Amino acid sequence: MSVDKVSDAIASPKAQQPFAELGLKKDEYKSIRDILGRRPTSSELAMYSVMWSEHCSYKSSKVHLRQFGTKVPKNDSMLVGIGENAGVVDIGHGWAVTFKVESHNHPSYVEPYQGAATGIGGIVRDIISMGARPVAVMDPLRFGDPGNPDTRRVLTGIVAGIGGYGNCLGLPNIGGEIVFDPSYQGNPLVNALCVGTMKHEDIHLAKASGVGNAVILYGARTGGDGIGGVSVLASETFDADGPAKRPSVQVGDPFMEKLLIECTLEVLHAGLVEGIQDLGGAGISCATSELASNGEGGMHVWLDRVLLRDSTLSPEEILMSESQERMCAVVEPAKIDAFMAVCKKWDVEAVVIGEVNNSGRLTVEWHGDEIVNVPPRSVAHDGPVYERPFARPDWMDVRQTSGPEDLVRPKTAAEVKQTWLTMTGTPNLASKSWVTSQYDRYVMGNTILAQPEDSGMIRVDEETGLGVAVSTDCNARFVALDPYKGAQLALAESFRNVAVTGAKPLAVTNCLNFGSPEDPAVMWQFEQAVTGLADACLEMGTPVTGGNVSFYNQTGEVAIHPTPVIGVLGVIDNVERRTPMAWAQDGELVYVLGTTRDELAGSEWAHAIHSHLGGHPPVLDLQSEMTLAEILVAGSSQQFLSAAHDVSEGGIAQTIAEMAMRSGFGVRIDVPAGIDAFTFLWSESATRAVVVVPQNRNEEFLALCQSKDFAATKIGAVDSLSKAIEVSGVFGETISLDIEELRTISEETLPRLFG
Amino acid sequence: MTPRVGVITFPGSLDDKDAARAVRLAGGESVSLWHADANLHSVDAVVLPGGFSYGDYLRCGAIAKFAPVMEKLVDAGNGGLPILGICNGFQVLTESHLLPGALTRNDHLHFICRDQKLRIENNSSAWTSDFEVGAEILIPLKNGEGGYVADEKTLDELEGEGRVIARYLGLNPNGSRRDIAGITNARGNVVGIMPHPEHAVEKLTGPTTDGLGFFTSLITSLVNNGKVSA
Repeated sequence: MSVDKVSDAIASPKAQQPFAELGLKKDEYKSIRDILGRRPTSSELAMYSVMWSEHCSYKSSKVHLRQFGTKVPKNDSMLVGIGENAGVVDIGHGWAVTFKVESHNHPSYVEPYQGAATGIGGIVRDIISMGARPVAVMDPLRFGDPGNPDTRRVLTGIVAGIGGYGNCLGLPNIGGEIVFDPSYQGNPLVNALCVGTMKHEDIHLAKASGVGNAVILYGARTGGDGIGGVSVLASETFDADGPAKRPSVQVGDPFMEKLLIECTLEVLHAGLVEGIQDLGGAGISCATSELASNGEGGMHVWLDRVLLRDSTLSPEEILMSESQERMCAVVEPAKIDAFMAVCKKWDVEAVVIGEVNNSGRLTVEWHGDEIVNVPPRSVAHDGPVYERPFARPDWMDVRQTSGPEDLVRPKTAAEVKQTWLTMTGTPNLASKSWVTSQYDRYVMGNTILAQPEDSGMIRVDEETGLGVAVSTDCNARFVALDPYKGAQLALAESFRNVAVTGAKPLAVTNCLNFGSPEDPAVMWQFEQAVTGLADACLEMGTPVTGGNVSFYNQTGEVAIHPTPVIGVLGVIDNVERRTPMAWAQDGELVYVLGTTRDELAGSEWAHAIHSHLGGHPPVLDLQSEMTLAEILVAGSSQQFLSAAHDVSEGGIAQTIAEMAMRSGFGVRIDVPAGIDAFTFLWSESATRAVVVVPQNRNEEFLALCQSKDFAATKIGAVDSLSKAIEVSGVFGETISLDIEELRTISEETLPRLFG
Repeated sequence: MTPRVGVITFPGSLDDKDAARAVRLAGGESVSLWHADANLHSVDAVVLPGGFSYGDYLRCGAIAKFAPVMEKLVDAGNGGLPILGICNGFQVLTESHLLPGALTRNDHLHFICRDQKLRIENNSSAWTSDFEVGAEILIPLKNGEGGYVADEKTLDELEGEGRVIARYLGLNPNGSRRDIAGITNARGNVVGIMPHPEHAVEKLTGPTTDGLGFFTSLITSLVNNGKVSA
């Protein structure tokens, strides 16, 4: 088969090209012709099609994402901002942390095991390409109706993929989320977060500088897997009866990834690398065009030198392949031998595939023929930008006016107890240990907190005890009710979950999962959510360091609930002072921090008991949220809180139940005056936490709350002799819930559904 | 002289740094040993750490057996050098025939990570001498292929010679025959254990510090055997 050379493109300007099949629109194809002043070769067309895909180019989201760059809070901790592979945050003592969350939704629905596995692989390579050692992963997941048989296929495959890949990589899995909602039935969400640590001097960026430097491709060989993953798979909605898309899914090899981590960190620390880039979506097309356009502006590539798994691959396929576990490094000629020696030590194959030049062009040759000659920026950065129409849909009026006020509530002590037992076993509130026990949380020996704690916490420095905490959150029902406020509530919850453990929130990453941007209603949700998030980040002083957009989470006309998953990273000076969620001492006092209002719209109770979604989400005051965080962080550093736990899905009832199950012994609670037991137990008002105060620190605690004018309501005391949660003031009676009974209900749900 | 304890890193080893930390916390000096270097660098003992050496391809531990360092290690083990194989290290020891039997896929087919109760059955090995027989300890367990199997004759021999060093208490987490969590060779210097003592050496990061006993036992036995001075 003859290849389509640049000279052919000039000689045959009218040749028909399959741009639509590759996911390009007609006007996009015309733009490519305008940029090149001729028709593209088939290899150039392949490159543009993947790089201009929604997934790589952010063409629908770019105009809105700019807010994260303009509404930037003053924050002295940022070392590398948005736009690089991942943002980098200073945490003191010369240490820096990088973290990022990405989606791997579409491949995980088509092929759950490999989709989820390679999602971890991709985010880990983003982190190592910054020069950091990956130290933990987390997985925010969303699934459809737990009773639907397809949910079993998807969930068990995804969980096995995360475990199979992550465990073999040697990274502790320290948290995440598992949420069920019918809106995810045809579009499960698999987001993967990775945290990496490094010393300041080890930060590396993706650019190809230094004319004459070699471009080295190393890692796994290039195969025919994942071709068009970003364009064919991640940038279109699923059709109910469309063709199988399984060939577009990549296949992962965690053992190779582990070698790649060690090999990459060794070449970086030895000073052998000028620039580095991981190969993920869009493969070699992405790595070469991005490296070239971030550096001196030119690069020549000998594509026939690429080591192949399948010798019959065409140059177009090689350019588009998303084979996993590959990296690209820019290396000075004098250091090539040393670089290759490190690769050999780790049994990693490597080959020089190109050279940096100052031609201003990215040129690719194939056995002596020139098959690509393009301005690299036009591929990597100057893709199309769309101002998609967006409009608040009319159905929002109906959704917001049909609130939960008329839903039948428990009115007797017996009904409250029954509701409590039922809620404890709902798939969203039940214990996730059946899933998390399939992940290694111990490896590396620095895990301070992991699921089911509010945040995952990792010790960064064994000498000083310096550590970081990370949480991811999003109640998508709140976002569905009001995308601006819902996104802010997601940030607030994640912020709170970090603060509850005693860490000071510093920075934000996000994974914005939405339906089709071609639907103005979805685009409106997106615009509102991004604006809400940017405004809140500005006010709370936590910059967005990076993130990812996943559109087209839609099957036919049915879009997912808008799900902007927010990750917050915080720092703690000494992990020995972290606040756990379980109470430990008899007689300690139990308080609710914050104000409980009658707010049940979008709550787990409305969802689980009544399948209801309507009304307005809870009110949120960002300043109060910051005050709460200050109290929680002070409680850790001054050690006047012995335990703390966030109040969110399932309200105070769920918070108390989780603390009791974690601790194993009981508590006596009084429903405070002025509120009925049901509202007290299941409202999901924001900006609240249940905290436990040793009796001898009570005055200090109250004085601090008073000085900050923050509501603290004493609701009870820990009872180490009891094995029950005893609640008095429940419609005039006292109810008692046996902790072991709650535990059984909580732990049975997931194995019953999926075991 | 501080005892020098080697920790071998194979491609795909994951818990090598954890093992080195445990050695240090027990009072030893950890020495990194590389799979491709056929030299034990005169260490006083060796830990084969957990992980997925060579990606667990072919069979867990099967490829690691052929690493250049292993020939030296097998000779040294037969000569009495204390060796502890944890998880994947245990698998390498059975593949190398320093210990009998094999580790197979968990009977429930899932990888499992949890805090596991064990009973110490033998305190005469180099790695368990600091424990009381019958002591109950709690350390992390994390494996996908941790089911210990051997033929009945071998199992009877192990029991008869007191070579089962630890047994699972409560629910058997992986289908191991006779609840066996760890065994030793006849001489007592080579021990394989499926759960992870190196993950239970600090209060902050482990469920307990019960795992430290394996490493302090080693230091004690080296001192008692005159290999190093106290």
